[in-house]
Amino acid sequence: MSSGFWSMGGYARYVWPCFGFAGVVLGWNLWSARRALRAARVRAGRALSMALAESDAR
Amino acid sequence: MWTWFYKLASPPYVYGVAGAFAPWLLGSAVLALGYGLIAGLAIAPPDYQQGDAFRMIYVHVPSAILSLTVYTVMAAASAVALIWRIKVGHAVAAASAPIGASFTLAALVTGSLWGRPMWGTYWAWDPRLTSELILLFLYVGVMSLRSAFEDPARGDRAAALLAIVGVVNVPIVHFSVVWWNSLHQGATVVKLGAPSMPGSMLWPLLAMWLGFMCFYGAVLCLRLQGELLNRERQAVWVREAIKS
Repeated sequence: MSSGFWSMGGYARYVWPCFGFAGVVLGWNLWSARRALRAARVRAGRALSMALAESDAR
Repeated sequence: MWTWFYKLASPPYVYGVAGAFAPWLLGSAVLALGYGLIAGLAIAPPDYQQGDAFRMIYVHVPSAILSLTVYTVMAAASAVALIWRIKVGHAVAAASAPIGASFTLAALVTGSLWGRPMWGTYWAWDPRLTSELILLFLYVGVMSLRSAFEDPARGDRAAALLAIVGVVNVPIVHFSVVWWNSLHQGATVVKLGAPSMPGSMLWPLLAMWLGFMCFYGAVLCLRLQGELLNRERQAVWVREAIKS
């Protein structure tokens, strides 16, 4: 890549943070959505095992 | 048509559809964003007035459009949930709120970074900027209201009402540059008539727009699956879904 590309015609200090922030937002969205789904699966799994344990006790 | 609509009211059906669509939407987003980034950063020519600073359009405009689209989806899902008492509607609204808030923040931050070299300031109390900031507060308000009640059903109803009332801000954000004097430029792509950009600049923008939309779809599917599992934890279908 040429230095002209990275300097963005003198606007690098605005252009790269702009793309960087958008990247962080995209990354956070994907990470937090996957984490929320994993946590929900764990909670549902716990509820299932509690229900199974209750039915065994009966 | 109505059969399809009724199916969308079924949490296990929506859970399955969301799980099937998420990887395809994410794959489409990666492809579209990949093309858009390469074409937007390296191939599109510099703007004759703004130079390379114009390239910020490739993340700012899709973020701003998504901030309005997600709010509209959230308000529509809330209205469906309140009118037809469809619980999936509340789940869609709850899943959309953090995504919309994050893209509204992205629109404000990227716009502010673009504003500094073009307007000489990071922030101005301009109609477009102010109404977009109000949109962020609405998202935060909807999320806070939902979690402020001990009874989740009451929280859902209160958040749905605020989302529906707040939708009045969506046309205000969009038309603010037409209705009032504004530092912000007018519509470039989303307007009546042809877009005021040459194809070499427009195609990467459309690709980024498509990429952001597909990304929202993918993240919504993942979040929606989580919401449905949380809300229907005791249901038989959840037990079967977890077992499999």
